Amino acid sequence: MEGSVWKRIKFQDGLYNGIGIANGYIPAALTFGLLAKSASLSLMETMSLSIFVYAGASQYMALNLIVIGTGTFEIVLTTFILNLRHFLMSAALNEKAEAEDEAVWKKAMYAFGITDEVFSVAAMRGGSINAAYMTGLILISYISWVISSGVGYIAGNVLPQVVQESMGFALYAMFIGLLVPLLKTSTKAVLLASTAALLNGILNYFHTLSSGWAIIASTLMAAVSIEAADQMRQKGRRV
Amino acid sequence: MSLSMVVIVAGMTAVTYIPRMLPFIMFKEKELPVFWQGILRNVPYAALGALIFPGILIIYENSWFGLAGAAAAFLIAFTGVNIIFTVLGSIGILTILSLL
Repeated sequence: MEGSVWKRIKFQDGLYNGIGIANGYIPAALTFGLLAKSASLSLMETMSLSIFVYAGASQYMALNLIVIGTGTFEIVLTTFILNLRHFLMSAALNEKAEAEDEAVWKKAMYAFGITDEVFSVAAMRGGSINAAYMTGLILISYISWVISSGVGYIAGNVLPQVVQESMGFALYAMFIGLLVPLLKTSTKAVLLASTAALLNGILNYFHTLSSGWAIIASTLMAAVSIEAADQMRQKGRRV
Repeated sequence: MSLSMVVIVAGMTAVTYIPRMLPFIMFKEKELPVFWQGILRNVPYAALGALIFPGILIIYENSWFGLAGAAAAFLIAFTGVNIIFTVLGSIGILTILSLL
């Protein structure tokens, strides 16, 4: 740092900061590959999801919806709703991007790689971000995700038959494994997950909607109603 | 790769990329209202709840089998280990249960 000016961050800084993400992606993507195998996807379909979509939670969700036989449109719509949160993350990173010397097309390029983890690392950095840094950060994370997905899929081939039969449960184990650490952090998370689960249970019990639409409807109802309740409670406190 | 799978991958790619890219080309100053930000932040938690239940009851003919797996996954995850151990551990327990 010279005076009040932050040192301009480089591609190498991005690569270095991305090592943690790349390590974290290995088990998550191995699991995705294993699950894709258990969901009877081909290797090419599995790799296409990791290469083009590149969004962990949506990829797991898509496997689940494919297994229960959900329609194409519902799968894409669920992905959209789940990934809308990235809009906020990109908006926040846009504020941190070096304004003067960065072309919009560069930002539009690295936007492809803004996952929850990439966002957290980039947002935590002091000072501004630029395209070189983001490219390094995303490249190492992306390569780890794609390669580990393939390795996981191939590992799924060599598992013994009796274990493969229990693999149908793997997706649910994955969702529980993602949810439990979040539940530990806040009561709001517990309320959100249990409300959506309860609503989805009711919708399924009465066969009101197909399973894909029931997931979308219960997710949105829980997210909106609990946010409304939370904000009312906070307003009440402020008075 | 089947046609429907091509459509799924293409559709998912578009709806993942567009929300990630739009703020960079459209935002100068404006921000989303706080209420909407809150809703978007809530979505992943709610979605996980809906994805787990009641699906967990119908993967096996015997609902208790799915519930046992869920309990195992929950307990393993609660210890704070990496997610792959949650997946492999609960599958291991279910495999043992199915052999009994």
